[in-house]
Amino acid sequence: MAKVLLLADHNGDSLNVSTTRALRCAAALGEVDVAVFGSGAGKAAEAAAALQGANRVLHVDRPENASPLAALIAPQLAALAADYDVLLAPSSTFGKDVLPRAAALLGAPQISDIMEIVDERTFKRPIYAGNVITTVRVPAECKIVATVRIASFTAVEAAATPAPVETIATDASLPDHTQWISLQASGGDRPDLQSATRVVAGGRGLGSEESFAMIFQLADSLGAAVGASRAAVDAGYVPNDMQVGQTGKIIAPDLYIAIGISGAIQHMTGIKDAGVIVAINKDGDAPIFEAADIGLVGDLFQIVPEFEKALGSG
Amino acid sequence: MKVLVGIKRVIDYNVRVQINREGTDVIKEGVKMSINPFDEIAVEAALRMKEAGQATEVVVVSIGPGAAQQQLRTALAMGADRATLLETDDEVQPLAAARALMNLVEKEQPGLVLLGKQAIDDDANQVGQMMAALWDKPQATFVSGLELDGGRIRAVREVDAGLETVEITLPAVVTVDLRLNEPRFVKMPDIMKAKRKPLETIAFSELGIEMPPRLESLGCEPPPSRSGGVKVDSVDALVATLKDKGVL
Ligand SMILES: Cc1cc2nc3c(=O)[nH]c(=O)nc-3n(C[C@H](O)[C@H](O)[C@H](O)COP(=O)(O)OP(=O)(O)OC[C@H]3O[C@@H](n4cnc5c(N)ncnc54)[C@H](O)[C@@H]3O)c2cc1C
Ligand SMILES: Nc1ncnc2c1ncn2[C@@H]1O[C@H](COP(=O)(O)O)[C@@H](O)[C@H]1O
Repeated sequence: MAKVLLLADHNGDSLNVSTTRALRCAAALGEVDVAVFGSGAGKAAEAAAALQGANRVLHVDRPENASPLAALIAPQLAALAADYDVLLAPSSTFGKDVLPRAAALLGAPQISDIMEIVDERTFKRPIYAGNVITTVRVPAECKIVATVRIASFTAVEAAATPAPVETIATDASLPDHTQWISLQASGGDRPDLQSATRVVAGGRGLGSEESFAMIFQLADSLGAAVGASRAAVDAGYVPNDMQVGQTGKIIAPDLYIAIGISGAIQHMTGIKDAGVIVAINKDGDAPIFEAADIGLVGDLFQIVPEFEKALGSG
Repeated sequence: MKVLVGIKRVIDYNVRVQINREGTDVIKEGVKMSINPFDEIAVEAALRMKEAGQATEVVVVSIGPGAAQQQLRTALAMGADRATLLETDDEVQPLAAARALMNLVEKEQPGLVLLGKQAIDDDANQVGQMMAALWDKPQATFVSGLELDGGRIRAVREVDAGLETVEITLPAVVTVDLRLNEPRFVKMPDIMKAKRKPLETIAFSELGIEMPPRLESLGCEPPPSRSGGVKVDSVDALVATLKDKGVL
């Protein structure tokens, strides 16, 4: 059985949902050890140990690992990966930042965004903003290094008994050329965009930051997370972490409601795996209707308040 | 300080790509090609540094076929000082591209390498990180804000949780995101001027780089298609259909 090392994405206390989804893919490839780089990240390590498919958790604990810096984590990860056949990370911004740096140190090519396992060395991945799916094979003799497309896998369940956690102290010298300064998180207490079952998203059609409040209200009455098109983010209606698409988040909610979004390919690639897509747009010819399961043509400034009312009374 | 910018020739982002009949690749003949949009932003960032007196020279480099000279000329017309083409007709995968760029870095000794965060053809998002590893230098990826201050860069990065700020020392590799800037339009006289700027071509095979293992491509297919569903004509019908589908 192949030995698999999975890099965990976490915040010190809890795991990012991308990790629990990537573990589903990892477990299908072999026996998985989960690497948690942190400084006193015992809680995150325990959370990983409680997941089905985790064979062992390696908590690489040192003060320098307090911040998620690729230049520091990649050399430690590459050293750890020496004993493994497969090295995986979720396709979160953290995984995308660290893994290629580790791959280069290992002299191994990397597969980005595994969406399907064909066999133990062959995988499907999207290219051209998801408009083409390519099948690639990792040559024999070569370590498999890959990121896992989060929307393509479901989260693993809790394990019956937790896996052992081993704390590893490494003393390899680390560079001091990179300093973590701050994180400006927009967060709030709305559901997380990447794990929400319902998402309401707004585009340029909203016209202003003030009008975008309608999207937040509708989302709240649905218990949904809020997403946005790139145009809405560029225009400053909402922060960058709400962007859905090729350069934003790839999501797979059960319900996605796109409001005032035209449906550019770069946006659609982010919602291909959604269950039901609803489009509300005043232009009946907007490309979004080609992919939407339910379309409603009309002025969003009329429809959205009506929709909210209907939800409130239903 | 010299700034090196990597630009890739890719199918223009407005083109709807088609897969060839054999299912081995996408059709590139007769299709509009452009500078990878992220790389255009990297070029713009480098030019602004030069205009601000922070950079002395902007060198653009592309690895690709002879036709990639077009994209290099465009970058020269934007204002880059000179260009290098590492010419090859073969597909160059990210690790090989990173090694080739390193080869040029050793020759050019830039203070900063600016790349796009990803090429919109392979969507790999790897070359910058790999280069930084091989160079053993800091990296700031997915950057939407950049402040140069002497030997340091303060970079704002677009991450899943929001905006992260890091500080790195030069030399370094920075990969740029779409919101960093809006690239300038190229003007006619600049296109004329660009024809006289130096563009050097080196055969990729003569670089003598050690070729890493390659991922083998077994073919392409279209994604599972989502066919459009129904159109409803009222909010009530929308709510009813959502209930029908069990998502409300
Ligand atoms: C390399 C690259 C990467 C990209 N990555 C992404 C990405 O990750 N995510 C992304 O979203 N985009 C991305 N884009 C941008 C993408 O190409 C589109 O420009 C963008 O998605 C458009 O956003 P939009 O639909 O909100 O705006 P528009 O295309 O301007 O559409 C606005 C829509 O609102 C409708 N509308 C206007 N007023 C009303 C009203 N009163 N009522 C109802 N409808 C109304 C209009 O009919 C129109 O269809 C990328 C582009 C590039 C080049
Ligand atoms: N063939 C190439 N020539 C020049 N630069 C490249 C090439 N391939 C990739 N790059 C650079 O690396 C970035 C990331 O590419 P990728 O890792 O392939 O997504 C691109 O935005 C370019 O700046």
